[in-house]
Amino acid sequence: MSAPHPLPPRLFQRFFRWYCHPRLVNHIEGDLIEVYNVRVKQLGKRKADMRFIIDVLLLLRPGIIRQRRRYQNINHYGMYKSYLKIGWRKLLRNKGYSFINIGGLATGMTVAILIGLWIHDELSFNKYHKNYDSIAQIWRGGTDPSTGNIGGGHAVQYPLGPTLKSGYQHFFKHVVRAWWVGDFTMTIDGKKMAKTGEFIEEDAIEMFSLKMIQGSNQSLRDPYSIILSESTAKAMFGDEDPMHKAIKIDNTIDVQVNGVYEDIPKNSRFGAVQFFAPWTMIEELQKQLKNAQADWDNNNLMVFVQLQPGVTSEEANAAIKDVYYKYMPKDFLATVDKYKPFVKVIPMSKWHLYSEFKNGEPIGGRITFVWLFGMVGGFVLLLACINFMNLSTAQSEKRSKEVGVRKVIGSVKQQLVTQFLSESFIVVIFAFVISVILVSLLQNWFNNLTGKDIALPFANPVFWVASAAFIFITGLMAGLYPAFYLSSFQPVTVLKGIMRFGRFAALPRKVLVVVQFTVSVIIIIGTLVVYQQVQFARNRPVGYDREGLITIPMNDPEYKGKEEPLRTQLLSSGVASDVAFSSSPMTQIWNTTGGYEWKGKDPNIEGEFVRCRVTPEYGKTVGWKVIAGRDFSRDHATDATDAIIISKKAAEYMGMENAIGQTLTDVDEFGKHKWTRTIVGVVDDIIMESPYEPVMQAIFLPDNGNSALLHIRINPQLGAAEALPVIESSLNKVVPSALFEYKFVDEEYATKFKQEQLVGQLSGIFAVLAIFISCLGLFGLASFIAEQRTKEIGIRKIMGASVSNLWQMLSKDFVLLVLVSCLIAVPCGHYLMTSWLQKYEYHTDISWWLLISTCLAAVAITILTVSYQSIRAAMMNPVKSLRSE
Amino acid sequence: MKKYQLGEFEEIVMLTIAILYKEAYGVAIKNEIENRLSRNVSMGAMHTALVRLEDKGYIKSYDGEGTEERAGRPKKYFQITALGKKAMEYSRNTRNDLWRAIPKMALDLKGL
Repeated sequence: MSAPHPLPPRLFQRFFRWYCHPRLVNHIEGDLIEVYNVRVKQLGKRKADMRFIIDVLLLLRPGIIRQRRRYQNINHYGMYKSYLKIGWRKLLRNKGYSFINIGGLATGMTVAILIGLWIHDELSFNKYHKNYDSIAQIWRGGTDPSTGNIGGGHAVQYPLGPTLKSGYQHFFKHVVRAWWVGDFTMTIDGKKMAKTGEFIEEDAIEMFSLKMIQGSNQSLRDPYSIILSESTAKAMFGDEDPMHKAIKIDNTIDVQVNGVYEDIPKNSRFGAVQFFAPWTMIEELQKQLKNAQADWDNNNLMVFVQLQPGVTSEEANAAIKDVYYKYMPKDFLATVDKYKPFVKVIPMSKWHLYSEFKNGEPIGGRITFVWLFGMVGGFVLLLACINFMNLSTAQSEKRSKEVGVRKVIGSVKQQLVTQFLSESFIVVIFAFVISVILVSLLQNWFNNLTGKDIALPFANPVFWVASAAFIFITGLMAGLYPAFYLSSFQPVTVLKGIMRFGRFAALPRKVLVVVQFTVSVIIIIGTLVVYQQVQFARNRPVGYDREGLITIPMNDPEYKGKEEPLRTQLLSSGVASDVAFSSSPMTQIWNTTGGYEWKGKDPNIEGEFVRCRVTPEYGKTVGWKVIAGRDFSRDHATDATDAIIISKKAAEYMGMENAIGQTLTDVDEFGKHKWTRTIVGVVDDIIMESPYEPVMQAIFLPDNGNSALLHIRINPQLGAAEALPVIESSLNKVVPSALFEYKFVDEEYATKFKQEQLVGQLSGIFAVLAIFISCLGLFGLASFIAEQRTKEIGIRKIMGASVSNLWQMLSKDFVLLVLVSCLIAVPCGHYLMTSWLQKYEYHTDISWWLLISTCLAAVAITILTVSYQSIRAAMMNPVKSLRSE
Repeated sequence: MKKYQLGEFEEIVMLTIAILYKEAYGVAIKNEIENRLSRNVSMGAMHTALVRLEDKGYIKSYDGEGTEERAGRPKKYFQITALGKKAMEYSRNTRNDLWRAIPKMALDLKGL
């Protein structure tokens, strides 16, 4: 025993042991201690301690320090590498299945991404405007005393704007009156073009946060100024500076360009607007606004407001609810009191997605489509994930040995789950890359179809985060079930080679196939019903002949008084078989008026009609059908003052069995003298608004020289292409200043189906993809089953089974599954689509043949898909299939 | 072209290992260098050099006995490998070649 050695500083010794690489720690520590002991003898303990500390600190360098992270994670890293390698090899070995998996997932993901972008675009509508949260529009409502329903609209009275501005400053930061976005003729140096514009009060620039490139937020202050969007300025003036250039609007008002603003993106309420002009100008263009300053009777303009900071729309609503009762003249208020008129604000966030009102509340609209497509996108993706699940679990037998060996060697379940999940992630990442490429290729086509401006936002980091989340969710959705299924095998059983699954082992797979086909069949039924409904509404009689009929807006003051010469000119040129003028178009309602009186009127109904003023040839030009009485005629001199024609619906509305000869009484537009007219004819209903809604009662009065539109029936012997230039030159001869702008009535009418048609087209595409993905999965399963039963089929053949026997045997199971899905899908689809159709007043019924033929088609497609594999298996030579071992 | 990489200090360490022959372990190498070259050698510098040389395959090591003054920690003895020997020879030859290439005049003048 020797004397105890003095010990080096413990703290530093431990520090050294902590940082030093384990391979080196013992002998270097030995060296340190040895040197320390020598130094203690030579220099004393204190100095030796100091030197020891210095040595330890000097040893703290890269070659000596343990590589902490590398060392700790080395096992995991290696395992992941091996998982990826094995996953990759699996993909290469089973090229067919990989193709089905990746192809199906890529299709599903493409659909999901496109729908996701579409939904994002819909949800970000109007968000371009910085004051999105505080902007609102005034909505005017009232209660119908006979039904108790609250109805109303965005059109409000002229005096409401100034009233809100002066009386409610605590609630509204800005109140602006605005005219309806419409087309106007712009003339620059004699060159004419039609541009879409909005007449609005000057605060709009600040309120809607227009980004002024030239000019300022005050650019609309000058009454004869105008601001152009950047692209419009470019289109009008090219590279010249547009500032202070002169423009003439509708050949009436001279204005000066006073500013240029950055284009508003398409997905905004003002996306189509090409210029903004001050409100005062529209009062000059629209004569009826001249005397409207104190007119509480006419609803003809819009009011937008911006709430004061901190004011909620509920508070604003409570404050302005009774504005009419406070500010309307008492005598006028008495006449409308029974409707309980009120106003409220509709926040900007509701404008686009909740444009349909029920009982005074914005309840729905495009938001339905957002939900609908969101669900369809999710389901299509789910179908692709089901393919992955089915193919992975079906092939489990092939991998059972691998799982067994891994478990015996020491893998725990957790690790195997990670392994199988990593394989599903490889597939999903592949599919994602392909789908991003597909989306970029399909982008233009999709934008054309949906009328949007959608692009993959590669530069936006949010997109990448969303993509990562998308990959992660899809990977989990597809991979979680197979991962847990495969990793649950018992090593003892699988390594013995007995893989006897019970009768119900394939049950989850069958359930998933049923889910797939149920979803697909429901989507197909939905698509067919939408198509049928559009077709049904299209075939609805419109009450006139819309082929070969064109409408020209008379947007030039020079038209006034030129109606007769124009008609003569057009008729003599031979291109028009008839020409007429009217105050409102065929495909829109511009004017409804109430307060009519007739004999036997129910005092509870308002007596409101669509009113249109027409020239005597109108009926002949548009081709309406006179049911009773006669059409207007120049031969009856008294028509202009005494006659009126009503629609069939109007006759029903008024409760007249025989309307001819009865009278209708009203005051004229200027509220001056009262007239009474005799009904001379009843015509078939003309569908002006939605073809899905019941038609509104209409009356037609003879023209009083205030026509707004020119209708031309093109000579049926001529094509439109031949007729249009002649019409243009005739028009130019009579009214040289007017811009020739025309609309085909049949095309205008077709736009009413745009939304439904789009839904039909999109869901048609989704239906095709859904069934494609489902069949892809079925194809994979069939090929797997055929492969698995090779020996059985060989023995059956030897025993005398024919090819058709075997084909039946192999296909039967799948057809059965699809039949089950049809049984589930038909009632679901029927229920869903019936409730969709309820939305439309005028709708088709779902016919049984449609449901049955959908099912038959689904079964037929299944048989086709499965047959390729089953017939191939059945045709195999048993000698070959039995010999191989 | 660098066939063998051998730094100046590394070369000294290897030479010392060769000198010590079978007795070359950490403290012994350190003491030997300090005595012969009369310069201080830090523990850190030496052990890093040893680790690097071993990684390069120029020296190999085996564990020896632990002694009382080492508090029972084993010694680690180092030996030069065949590759290490080649590296040393290469370094010596290049140096000799360089020496021989120097014209006599240059050295004389510099010597002044």
